[in-house]
Amino acid sequence: MGEMAIVIETVIKAITVLAVVAGMAAFATYIERKVLAFMQRRLGPMHVGPHGILQLAADGIKLFTKEDIVPQNSIKPIFKIAPVIAPASAFTAMAAVPFFPEFTLFGYTVHPIIADINVGILFVMGVASVGMYAPLLAGMSSVNKWALLGAARTVIQLLSFEVVTGLSILAPLMMIGSLSLIDINDYQMGGVGSWLAWKQPLAFVLFMIAGFAETNRTPFDLIEVESEVVSGYATDYSGMRWGLFFVGEYANMITVSFLVSIIFLGGYNPIWFIPGGLAILLKISFFIFLFLWVRAAWPHVRPDQLMWLCWKVLMPLALLNILLTGIVLI
Amino acid sequence: MSLEQFKNRNGIPGYIYFEGEEKPKNGWEAFKRVVRISVKGELFVGLWIVLREMLKKGNSHTVQYPAEKLTIGPRYRAIHRLLRLLESEEERCIGCGLCEKICISNCIRMDTHYDENGRKQITEYTINFGRCIFCGYCAEVCPELAIVHGIEYENAGEQRSHYALKEDMLTPLDTFRANKQEEFQGFGALSDNADSFIKKTPLSY
Repeated sequence: MGEMAIVIETVIKAITVLAVVAGMAAFATYIERKVLAFMQRRLGPMHVGPHGILQLAADGIKLFTKEDIVPQNSIKPIFKIAPVIAPASAFTAMAAVPFFPEFTLFGYTVHPIIADINVGILFVMGVASVGMYAPLLAGMSSVNKWALLGAARTVIQLLSFEVVTGLSILAPLMMIGSLSLIDINDYQMGGVGSWLAWKQPLAFVLFMIAGFAETNRTPFDLIEVESEVVSGYATDYSGMRWGLFFVGEYANMITVSFLVSIIFLGGYNPIWFIPGGLAILLKISFFIFLFLWVRAAWPHVRPDQLMWLCWKVLMPLALLNILLTGIVLI
Repeated sequence: MSLEQFKNRNGIPGYIYFEGEEKPKNGWEAFKRVVRISVKGELFVGLWIVLREMLKKGNSHTVQYPAEKLTIGPRYRAIHRLLRLLESEEERCIGCGLCEKICISNCIRMDTHYDENGRKQITEYTINFGRCIFCGYCAEVCPELAIVHGIEYENAGEQRSHYALKEDMLTPLDTFRANKQEEFQGFGALSDNADSFIKKTPLSY
């Protein structure tokens, strides 16, 4: 009986997370178009519904009903399965993310985390990195030079930022002494002053930069940048397969926002009069906005610049940070 | 005064010559350059500028076209209009055929005949708007200011070539009687101070 209850609870949680995050990802596309438009002195979508709010529905209908084209010479099974990897890994990564503080519903205490495993951060980052197989396989299976270039860039991007992500997160983990995201959150219970961003500012900045690289957002959107590789790995995709890549990308953005908020900015601990659930929503809203803001303002880097930045600047800085943290801790 | 100062293009005062940024010579200088660029805050200046533009009210430059339309300048050259004489309500065209002759895309066709009073009348006047390139020569050459360019620019059609008959372009009589025919200020029209240029023809030498 007890096991059955856990299974049912987990399934309900998983479905809730899937539905809510997919909805947030869809809404983020609308927000992105609006924010970018306002920053570029445009209006953005205006015609479907008031201020274009129903553009979401229109886009959804379009994506679902569009013809699904599989190129003749592509390696068809891989071409068809590749877009599923992106959202699948992005949503799997969310299994170990605690979204909200515990709350009581009908006398039953709900832990808003699907699987409270003690290596949460490791799991999230590992599974999120598996998501890079989606652009890699997509680019290699579609017989297209642009897609192949996009796939090659995926690999160098993975090799570049993954080192920085791991090393930058190591210093705060040394201070906390646990890989569980709940422990990391509880470590910063003492209000704004106890946020790890103040104790580990360098790690915070490095992890943010690596997060932008991990989600292929603008300064590092070199695997799908239009001006160089048409659409990169997604050049040959159409319809919902193309849409799945973007659901995955936005879900990844949300995951990274949650990670940064939990590790460095106090997570779902209440700030002053703001309750914890609202606090973390505000934090991730800010980070989603930051993703869009940076996209409007900054140019993107070349692949060689990305590798140079990650290997020659960020990685030594991360190592230095670990060294200093170690000296201080001892 | 010689031409020397005009021929010498190398030492013009007031010009700032920029040879380009100096290339970093070694790794340390390259590193310093990166630090200078990174710490200068140029990236944050960019962030601030887009945020400022986002927060301004009514900052959009979008014209929502079918709902909003920009006013077209009077010198815009769109679909032609044939105007009427102010006094007699007759059309201004005297059938001279200059517009037909000058039309470089051969899209104007006119037929004329002499009526019982011996005056030239226009039997038929068509412009093939599928061929017309809206160069404005017809309006410019017309001695009577009879054919002018209007500002109606939404003239997409389903047919490959659309002909406009004289009746379509001519000012309708009820519009004219309601005193709605505006004197054309645009392409080919007389300038405001045209009267001041009129001179008596010297007849006695």
